[in-house]
Amino acid sequence: MRDNQGMEFEAVIGLEVHAQLATESKIFCACPAAFGAPPNENTCPVCTGMPGVLPVLNRRVVEFAVRTALATSCKVREKSVLARKNYFYPDLPKAYQISQYEMPLAVSGHIDIEVEGETRRIGITRIHLEEDAGKLVHAGAFAGAQTSLADLNRCSVPLMEIVSEPDMRTPEEGGAYLRRLRDILVYLEVCDGNMEEGSFRCDANVSVRPKGQKEFGIRAELKNMNSFRNVEKALEYEIRRQTEVTLDGGTIVQETRLWDADAGVTVSMRGKEEAHDYRYFPDPDLLPIHVDQAWVEELEKTIPELPGEKVARLVSRYGIPRYDAELLSSSRRLADFFEASVAAFGGNPKVTANECIQWKDVVAAGKLSPETIAHVVEDRETGKVSATASRKLVELAIETGKPVRQLRDEKGLTQVSNARALEAIVDKVIACNPKEVESYRGGKAGLLSFFVGQVMKETRGKANPRVVQEVLKAKLG
Amino acid sequence: MHEWTLLDAAKAVRDKEISSRELTRALLSRIERINPKINAYVTVLPEAAMREAAARDEEIARGIVRGPLHGVPVAIKDIFCTKGIRTTCASRILKDFDPPYDATVVERIRSAGAVLLGKQNMDEFAMGSSTEMSCFGPVLNPWATDRIPGGSSGGTAAAVAAGTCFAGVGTDTGGSIRQPASLCGVVGMKPTYGRVSRYGMIAFASSLDQGGPIARTVPDAAAVLSVIAGYDRRDSTSVDVPVPDYVAATERGVKGMRVGLPREYFAEGVDDSVRTAVTKALTSLISLGAEAVEISLPHTGYALSTYYIIAPAEASSNLARYDGVRYGYRAAGAKGLIEMMSRTRAEGFGEEVKRRVMIGTYALSAGYYDAYYGKAQKVRTLLRRDFNEAFDHVDVILTPTAPTPAFRVGEKVDDPLTMYLSDIYTIPANLAGIPGISVPCGMSPDGLPIGAQLLGKHFDEESLLAAAAVIEREIPLPRVAPLEG
Amino acid sequence: MAITREEVLHVARLARLSMSPAEADKMREQLDNILAYIRQLDRLDTADVVPTSHAVEMGTPFRDDSVHPFEEKEEILKNAPDREGDFFRVPRIIED
Repeated sequence: MRDNQGMEFEAVIGLEVHAQLATESKIFCACPAAFGAPPNENTCPVCTGMPGVLPVLNRRVVEFAVRTALATSCKVREKSVLARKNYFYPDLPKAYQISQYEMPLAVSGHIDIEVEGETRRIGITRIHLEEDAGKLVHAGAFAGAQTSLADLNRCSVPLMEIVSEPDMRTPEEGGAYLRRLRDILVYLEVCDGNMEEGSFRCDANVSVRPKGQKEFGIRAELKNMNSFRNVEKALEYEIRRQTEVTLDGGTIVQETRLWDADAGVTVSMRGKEEAHDYRYFPDPDLLPIHVDQAWVEELEKTIPELPGEKVARLVSRYGIPRYDAELLSSSRRLADFFEASVAAFGGNPKVTANECIQWKDVVAAGKLSPETIAHVVEDRETGKVSATASRKLVELAIETGKPVRQLRDEKGLTQVSNARALEAIVDKVIACNPKEVESYRGGKAGLLSFFVGQVMKETRGKANPRVVQEVLKAKLG
Repeated sequence: MHEWTLLDAAKAVRDKEISSRELTRALLSRIERINPKINAYVTVLPEAAMREAAARDEEIARGIVRGPLHGVPVAIKDIFCTKGIRTTCASRILKDFDPPYDATVVERIRSAGAVLLGKQNMDEFAMGSSTEMSCFGPVLNPWATDRIPGGSSGGTAAAVAAGTCFAGVGTDTGGSIRQPASLCGVVGMKPTYGRVSRYGMIAFASSLDQGGPIARTVPDAAAVLSVIAGYDRRDSTSVDVPVPDYVAATERGVKGMRVGLPREYFAEGVDDSVRTAVTKALTSLISLGAEAVEISLPHTGYALSTYYIIAPAEASSNLARYDGVRYGYRAAGAKGLIEMMSRTRAEGFGEEVKRRVMIGTYALSAGYYDAYYGKAQKVRTLLRRDFNEAFDHVDVILTPTAPTPAFRVGEKVDDPLTMYLSDIYTIPANLAGIPGISVPCGMSPDGLPIGAQLLGKHFDEESLLAAAAVIEREIPLPRVAPLEG
Repeated sequence: MAITREEVLHVARLARLSMSPAEADKMREQLDNILAYIRQLDRLDTADVVPTSHAVEMGTPFRDDSVHPFEEKEEILKNAPDREGDFFRVPRIIED
């Protein structure tokens, strides 16, 4: 961004992601970690902070976080510490959140993103484990309600916090980082990546500085952005706001700002937040988490090909455009489906990719087999079916579950590509339209499509238009 | 029969010489007579206890013996959660709390066949050394009712000394089992940290708290320990070490045992009567083949300060959950959430609890962490190192349990620091996580009991029981306080 | 390094303990005595000492990721000082 004197500003962006880990049970007790239960249904003495209870750490939570650390090139610490973060709130039953502070599970990693054809490496400061809090419902949506209601179902649902370095400079980079990180977590099957439901949440730290300046500006923390698009919009707004304030000679204050998606602005929380003093200390109820080399090695074997690697491989192996490779790699299942479809026929990967992308929701729902796509692509390449018929065939396959070739034959959707078979019809069309034949022969080449149309009509759309054209051209000579 | 040992009572039930109902009825009626004088129980369970006793008798008739405590009436400090039985920690803030679950210790004594008579009085949230800090009023020492029984497990120690139960389970964070045991003339043991599950034991200072037995004899204490000790996967700090035969250990003797005498524990401040009695305990050990070794635990003088940072810091966090939201007391008529919480806690906690919550919050707060909590954790390392080095040369360490016999009710209640000093000999074991036992070894000229403390290596409760049993056999003392009414 | 009354009131707010001015004064005096005693630790040089935060030195044990629902939810909820259905009810948050 540039002011009218030509002074240029750049933004400095760091992102903090809270990802809910896709475990069956909570992090410190055996209650279900699932969404959407009736109030306080998924609770027990431990997660409601009854006197005398103690936490026991879920092994899978550690495994998921270690796998994430490995997938983001982080260093997994052999010993990390669970600490208590102390504050009072009715949705926090123990009045402390078990989290990690001075010794997080993993540190110093990075992920690579691609923005406008350029690769950027974004550092990851730390990955740590913590428990979620419950939910406070403000009774009666009407103003002036005197009470709030606490639902502790979400208490102790496992979260992983991933803190980036302040390495991003534009909202697009922020968006690309978030999408790539989300894709990695989904690939690893450690998080469902659903931003709307809150299982993948993002806060942003943003500041601006004159381009070329080394020191960071004063930053604002942005919260309440519940989609990738909203993160980008909030970043855009906030960067513009801070730049304008600075240019007007104002100063930026360090504060938390909430994104108001409806109004499209960030709003200061000033005054609504009390000064925090969380009094972190190591939780005496939980001993340090030990992750030895053998365990790390074992988990390393479970890391699948990651989105970045997959995109590069799809491009080089199949020669498809990078854009298509990105779309296919947005889901491990879709990418696998694509490769299986190509393998089933060995036909044109580009056409196959287009088909896969076109049907990606159905693929995600598991209602389509790679053979269906493979057969449809093959039939189109050999001229057995038309583009229109192939679409119809896929729809029928989804509906009936029958093999696509059986459907093709049953419904008579085979395209007539045999020239000899079409000759009689072409002859008939020529015989019935002497005037047009004369005009065509007289030089009106545009009339060819009229004849094609007539043949298609006679064959009720089953003729291969390319072959029809060839036969017509030969006969009309 | 209230004077019987627990082991004798258990044998009598097993041998059908007496029914559990007869034993239980006798003790319930003794509680009814004696408890008004000493205030040791906050909850008595006459119907439930008789029901349990009847069930145990039926089992005996069918040849079923649940475990070593089958049919024997015992009681526990009101810090252990009991499902369906009010659990208060002697605090107004938990006055009507009805736990949804049983503590592991409670499960274990029940599955060993014990009959639960009731819940015993204590200093609020186990913070105190005199059991005067209870919302149910002070407990009085059965040997002299103008004296305190020690604390915080003063209700349990007094109840055992008064013959109102065969044994009890208390908790010890800085001496809360050993010091009242000493002042009430009974045996009290704090096991190694991690030996007894803390699940369901309401937390005071999580890295120091440990449950343990209080009984009239060393073998009785050993029998209760055998029942409550052992790994529990619900407590992450519980240690998976096999539980030996503790009762058998009391017969081992002390031949060749090296007994360390830390000079720092026999310096000024020890009452003459205490010094004399502990010397007698030493003599008895030597006479049976032990060897005395003078040792030094150089950082002993720093233990109290270290403790009064770590324990309140952990407590400030552990007690934050009492906020009036989910259970317990809630202040009425508060305007808004913050006022509700702040008044609930101000009205629900007693003075000593508030004091410690304040110290702990301060010690953890921004700018002070390194100077207080961080520092205390480092000194804790030095204190552990002292013991580790000492145990290279000795098997057990002998000290007084408390510097003086029981003091008078009200004597130290307004002087917190002086009160804290009565735990000066017991605190180091909690900081180091090592086991300790207090065993009666004499009486003051005023007829007040005096205890000797033995400290041991991690998970070497057996040596402590062996040595304590020798002292007990060599120095015969009355086991039940001469209270009658 | 005496603790001030303002610090006492600040700590009391952090700890959610309402406190009258008279109580704060008494608390200040008692804390001052205790803290003065505690500060004897300053005499020890602990620069090279590793802190002890746990009495046992081992790694934390794990539990398997399996669900065992707690079946007696009402036993928890019945302790609530105030409830609405299966929610815990609390006064509204107001600024102070």
